[in-house]
Amino acid sequence: MNWPETRNVKETNMRQLFTFIRKEFLQVLRDRKTLLMLFGLPIAQIVLFGFALSNEIKDSRIALVDYSKDAITTRLIGKIEASHYFDIRRSLAGAEQLNAAFKRGDIRMAVIFPQNFGDDLIHTGKATLQVIADASDPNQATTITNYLESIVTDYNAELAKDAQQSLQIQPEVQMLYNPELRGAPNFVPGVMALVLMLVCTMMTSVAIVREKELGTMEILLVSPFKPIYIIIAKLAPNLLISIVNLFIILVLSDVFLDLPVKGSVFLLVGCSILFILTCLSIGLLLSINAKTQQAAMMGSLMGMMLPTMLLTGFLFPIENMPVALQVLANLVPSRWYFIIIKQVMMKGLGFASVWKETLILAGMCTLLFTISLRNFKIRLQ
Amino acid sequence: MDAVITTDKLTKKFGAFVAASELTFEVGKGEIFGFLGANGAGKTTAMRMLCGLLTPSSGKATIAGFDVYTQTEKIKKNIGYMSQKFSLYDDLTVSENIRFYGGIYGMSRPAIKKKTGLLLEELQLQSETNTLVRELPLGWKQKLSFSVSIVHDPEIVFLDEPTGGVDPVTRRQFWDLIYAAADSGVTIFVTTHYMDEAEYCNRVSIMVDGVIAALDTPAGLKQKYGSASMEDVFYELARNAKRKGD
Repeated sequence: MNWPETRNVKETNMRQLFTFIRKEFLQVLRDRKTLLMLFGLPIAQIVLFGFALSNEIKDSRIALVDYSKDAITTRLIGKIEASHYFDIRRSLAGAEQLNAAFKRGDIRMAVIFPQNFGDDLIHTGKATLQVIADASDPNQATTITNYLESIVTDYNAELAKDAQQSLQIQPEVQMLYNPELRGAPNFVPGVMALVLMLVCTMMTSVAIVREKELGTMEILLVSPFKPIYIIIAKLAPNLLISIVNLFIILVLSDVFLDLPVKGSVFLLVGCSILFILTCLSIGLLLSINAKTQQAAMMGSLMGMMLPTMLLTGFLFPIENMPVALQVLANLVPSRWYFIIIKQVMMKGLGFASVWKETLILAGMCTLLFTISLRNFKIRLQ
Repeated sequence: MDAVITTDKLTKKFGAFVAASELTFEVGKGEIFGFLGANGAGKTTAMRMLCGLLTPSSGKATIAGFDVYTQTEKIKKNIGYMSQKFSLYDDLTVSENIRFYGGIYGMSRPAIKKKTGLLLEELQLQSETNTLVRELPLGWKQKLSFSVSIVHDPEIVFLDEPTGGVDPVTRRQFWDLIYAAADSGVTIFVTTHYMDEAEYCNRVSIMVDGVIAALDTPAGLKQKYGSASMEDVFYELARNAKRKGD
């Protein structure tokens, strides 16, 4: 075939690249089962979690300690007892007994009326009710403290009707063991990190190793097609799938879990793309070393999924881990991405608060991509 | 004879192991050149050097007039390659495969379209244009694979054991395609384990332990070794091989 030098080289290159990208999309779209899994997984996780969250909790064992024993506390206790949410233990008294009961898991919450509760309320118009909840199960802790708070709010309204002056009982809620209430707001960023990791790393490595297994990689290497184009073409569909997935998760968590993006969507998507590129580079790196699709799959599952699950911080708080694991966790990209999403999505903070994490992620991305690019075999061994 | 492949003491070492030693030969335009050898004799290594997949350790070689050290990109544009592994995409249709391989060689869409028509007609596969390749019988896949490897009209096509696992009838048909391609001026460089195929070649080289032990026409080789068939020639040469198969 004639390759006149006058032919526009750029145009030819672009044509080659688009041919390859088109082929990648055809293959991805034709593999319905995998596609279903890729899009089904995040949806299923978010929906399942949505249901788990909305479960009503009944008959939670709580301790009531009344140091005041006046008319007001008696009436309020009566109201709490009347609700079917709680199963009340009144035999406990004193910090030590309560502590022990919490540790044994006998009670989920303790409500403590301090001395002179009624007097304080009448004379100062204000009284503080101490509420302590076991937040090792953050969903349950949130739910039962909310129940209690709503009972108190009702009672406040009742008092306000009867009394001339304003009377306000303020529950002072204290969460034991897990003051940050890791739960729902942790789950969505966790799912995001996991799903993006799964799609990008596993799909990329499997897609490239498949070419090796098929023997088509040899053909590609013999052709004038540039290896960098192979990489770009392999990454393109996964990048697109991941971005679509990202939006599905964001919309679902807003509609279903009532967790809208509080900060800048632009910033969130930008950081997500950075994370996606990091994962794609890891996938690329895996594909270089894996000889079979199974090996690539196992590599991404064991090598990437487990660290992502365990060391990202959405299942177990990293600050409570042994130092060695904390150091190791710093090497996991999803750890930094997780912080970014939480800051931007949940707390609505701007770039100023996540620049450090973004920089770390960008550094990891550049490093991994450079390494994998350099190692990608131009010539077969 | 116009030589399209020339090598001069082409050698490839992997550490202390000499996979291919001082290969010197020429292949002319439109020739069907058989490259024989037992497993591990160094055929694949030699072929990879010629395709630009491996850099030689020493010696010289030009492919279509281009140097294997410095002009691999130009070589790549002028050669086709079909590996022993079936190399079409199972989950793409016949026409998608042709379009893909034409496309990565930089062919324009109208050119690919025209070529696809010609190629399917030659293979009598018009009715299967939109069939997924995985649904084709192996023989058809193999023939399609060959046609795809020369879709961009290369000067030379390298075939690495192209007929493995194919029945004799299909193999015969496959060779008809090879003859047709050679007649149109494409040089064929083919490795094979089938000695009947060796008979189809214009010239045959037999590699033993990394060196070319014999190189001649099939008739010339049979005469030289006083054998009735290429099978006997091959056995005569290869039985003393020290390297065992890989």
